[in-house]
Amino acid sequence: MTDNSGKDPIYRTDALIGEDIDAYLAQHQNKELLRFITCGSVDDGKSTLIGRLLYDSKMIFEDQLAALEADSRKSGTQGQEIDFALLVDGLAAEREQGITIDVAYRFFATEKRKFIVADTPGHEQYTRNMVTGASTADAAVILIDARKGVLVQTRRHSYLAHLLGIKNLVLAVNKMDLVDYDQDIFDNIVSEYGEFAAEIGIESFTAIPISGFRGDNITDAPSANIPWYGGRALIAHLENIEIATNAAQEKPFRMPVQWVNRPNLDFRGFSGLISSGIVKKGDPVRIVPSGKNSTVKSIVTLDGELDEAVAGQSVTILLDDEIDCSRGDVIACADDPPEISDQFESTIVWMSGEALKPGRGYWLKLATQTVSVSVQEPKYEININTMERLAAKTLELNAIGVAEVHTDKPIVFEPYADSRALGGFILVDKITNATVAAGMLHFSLRRAANVHWQATTITREEHGLLKNQTPRVLWFTGLSGSGKSTIANEVEKSLNLMNRHTFLLDGDNVRHGLNKDLGFTEADRIENIRRVGEVAKLMTDAGLIVLTAFISPFRAERKMVREMLPEDEFIEIFVDTPLAVAEERDVKGLYKKARSGQLKNFTGIDSPYEPPENPEIRVNTVEMTPAEAADYIIRQIMPLK
Amino acid sequence: MTRILTHLERLEAEAIHIMREVVAEAQKPVMMYSVGKDSAVLLHLAKKAFYPSPPPFPLLHVDTTWKFKDMYALREKAAQDAGMELIVHHNAEAEERGINPFDHGPLHTDMWKTEGLKQALDLHGFDVAFGGARRDEEKSRAKERVFSFRTASHGWDPKNQRPELWNLYNARKAKGESIRVFPISNWTELDIWQYIMAENIEIVPLYFAAMRPTYMHEGSLFMADDIERLEQVMGHKPEITNRSVRFRTLGCFPLTGAVESTASTLAEVVQEMLLTTTSERQGRVIDKDEGGAGMEKKKQEGYF
Repeated sequence: MTDNSGKDPIYRTDALIGEDIDAYLAQHQNKELLRFITCGSVDDGKSTLIGRLLYDSKMIFEDQLAALEADSRKSGTQGQEIDFALLVDGLAAEREQGITIDVAYRFFATEKRKFIVADTPGHEQYTRNMVTGASTADAAVILIDARKGVLVQTRRHSYLAHLLGIKNLVLAVNKMDLVDYDQDIFDNIVSEYGEFAAEIGIESFTAIPISGFRGDNITDAPSANIPWYGGRALIAHLENIEIATNAAQEKPFRMPVQWVNRPNLDFRGFSGLISSGIVKKGDPVRIVPSGKNSTVKSIVTLDGELDEAVAGQSVTILLDDEIDCSRGDVIACADDPPEISDQFESTIVWMSGEALKPGRGYWLKLATQTVSVSVQEPKYEININTMERLAAKTLELNAIGVAEVHTDKPIVFEPYADSRALGGFILVDKITNATVAAGMLHFSLRRAANVHWQATTITREEHGLLKNQTPRVLWFTGLSGSGKSTIANEVEKSLNLMNRHTFLLDGDNVRHGLNKDLGFTEADRIENIRRVGEVAKLMTDAGLIVLTAFISPFRAERKMVREMLPEDEFIEIFVDTPLAVAEERDVKGLYKKARSGQLKNFTGIDSPYEPPENPEIRVNTVEMTPAEAADYIIRQIMPLK
Repeated sequence: MTRILTHLERLEAEAIHIMREVVAEAQKPVMMYSVGKDSAVLLHLAKKAFYPSPPPFPLLHVDTTWKFKDMYALREKAAQDAGMELIVHHNAEAEERGINPFDHGPLHTDMWKTEGLKQALDLHGFDVAFGGARRDEEKSRAKERVFSFRTASHGWDPKNQRPELWNLYNARKAKGESIRVFPISNWTELDIWQYIMAENIEIVPLYFAAMRPTYMHEGSLFMADDIERLEQVMGHKPEITNRSVRFRTLGCFPLTGAVESTASTLAEVVQEMLLTTTSERQGRVIDKDEGGAGMEKKKQEGYF
């Protein structure tokens, strides 16, 4: 079946297993671990190559092989020969479609190293999967079909690997058997790729001519068919690539604190995975962001105290001083601690079917820190096939762009190029909890450093006390024509009669002034609500009861405003009117315009309304008159003290 | 001078990091404990992750009442040694209906294990459950996340998995939803054995060869762990022969095939494992029903 099958591959040490198992185990106890990603499509023979690696390293058992042979005859693409691709295409749906649609992790080992392979699909619509696989990889094997040369997808894969910070790129020119092992073809591909690589900033790469199907230059080099090749076989090359975790020991010490270990009052340990550097007992350290200094008292593990610990180890550190330190903080070497900031330039890979909403709040998780963040409108999107910069208002699924991110409090960070652990982040949707994006911080924008809070003497409590009331925001939400403004007006009239100090912020009125620069796109609507939220907050600081009447169609923005205010001060009032009823009323004639297409982005017609799930108050305007609804609301919110 | 970490040190550090993330972010985590060798490794890692505190969550054994006696013995001891609470759950309905591996085939696994697990998680309100599954075990596992998100009805949707980048795990979920977390996802069977050797972890003696009472059933070799009960359920006394056997995986004794072996030390067991030519789960019946997609289908229904 293969030209090399007669030779026992170097990493199949069967003989030793049988003869001296203790010697074998001793040898394998101290392997290193390398993670790599394979990039390419089924057409490039990627799955075949991985199947070959598993097969040659004896990771495939007889029963799996028997099943594989049966499958190969049924649905294989290699005629009667074994189709290695079937071995690694995991999910049933994928097997039927004949494509890999997710990230699958495979394992094989040689005497020197254990390998974890991230097997990801090659098509453009699976960019997010490739980015995921690349995020943990030390190396990338980029597959090229020797018959086709450097394709658009080769550029894309190389760009993504480079973007995710992979320093070791291997260009595996596959299917050499199908081009008669022609050296000229190989050389031309390498020189064309070299030009492209230099353009996008790839400093070096290693090219190897192989045949995954025939087994050429996989375990031994040069293969008899490729005598002109003077380099290492693929496996030997992977055995010699530098492992990022080892390299990280050269960098300054950092350990993001995951968990505070307090079994009793006498023990207070800080647990975490050391992301870079080395820490020794007695080392001076600084806690960031608080900036407090201390000294390492001991490094505790179940196996006893350690004198030192290095990047890649999970440990528990005790400090000499009783200082404040908790999850999210970073313990760092005192003489070279990481920076903090709250505004960054970043590259973002969008991973959700729901596009980025600039201005909306997401959760950002970086190391062990989770903070609220907003992403500004992208500066540009990157065409990942041509590397051109395109203008963009948002980022859709699989799009990659550069944008500013603003966190609601300063976080500890390092540029991604220096540290994957302190520069890589994910974004999480606050409502669905889905992971919607991954990103890489490049640098701090530092504007935050110059704006400080000015402390004022009269507090919000004192403002409220003087008015004999507790500040509130009564947030009316509902479709256009549901009766928000009418009811809010009734409520304000009643409150006024009761000597309450109020102010009604109305959607239409605000758009005449404060927000007259905003339109009705999704991004503008988000900004509209954000500004109203800020104004409402200032007014409650002044002690007022604020009523707002805005459609405010999105849950996320209502939640954003809720989170700006002290607990219990935000009262969401859902003016619940069915669309048909609101459209029937059509007080301002807007539904008619929207239906005829004269008005775009109209809520309920061509823009969604997300009703509140748990409003504090809900009024049904079909059953209640505006006056009844207002009475009901007043009764719900009393006594307001 | 760089200190090179070995693959086992790296895998250990990763598993500990994952466990601490869960404890920091979950409301009420639990560790699934099946008493097998992977569970033994998981429990050992938990002790390391939180030392000197005991692991801050209970152990949960979803029992079928058909496990080997040796497993029940180690279960109690292991929990006690770790200073952890042990919760044993029996599916009351399966117990009442007398569901057993002989008369009910796949229903036995479904009722006792799949349903039993869902019941136990719901009953105690656990929001995160650690499991000892590994990606090298089976094809559909290769694509499962470390943090595997489940709907409120415990379903797994392979098309809707959260992307998992770097070592950043998204543990956020709505009320009622839960997450299964697999800290030893990246370990292979050989890694498990090497770690057990290196750390001197106690495992059930059934993994080592010894003379044991055995019987043949539908072409496979089984151990007669409870002869009386077997007779009751099978309706006849199986023909018992003493053989030197051991087990590559452990489950319900009438469902777990034994292999004839003389490997009585860890090194010999590993030797046999490396020289063997059949995959680990072959000893279990569960993968083969429902065609090639057996495990994937089970997972979508809520099996671990």
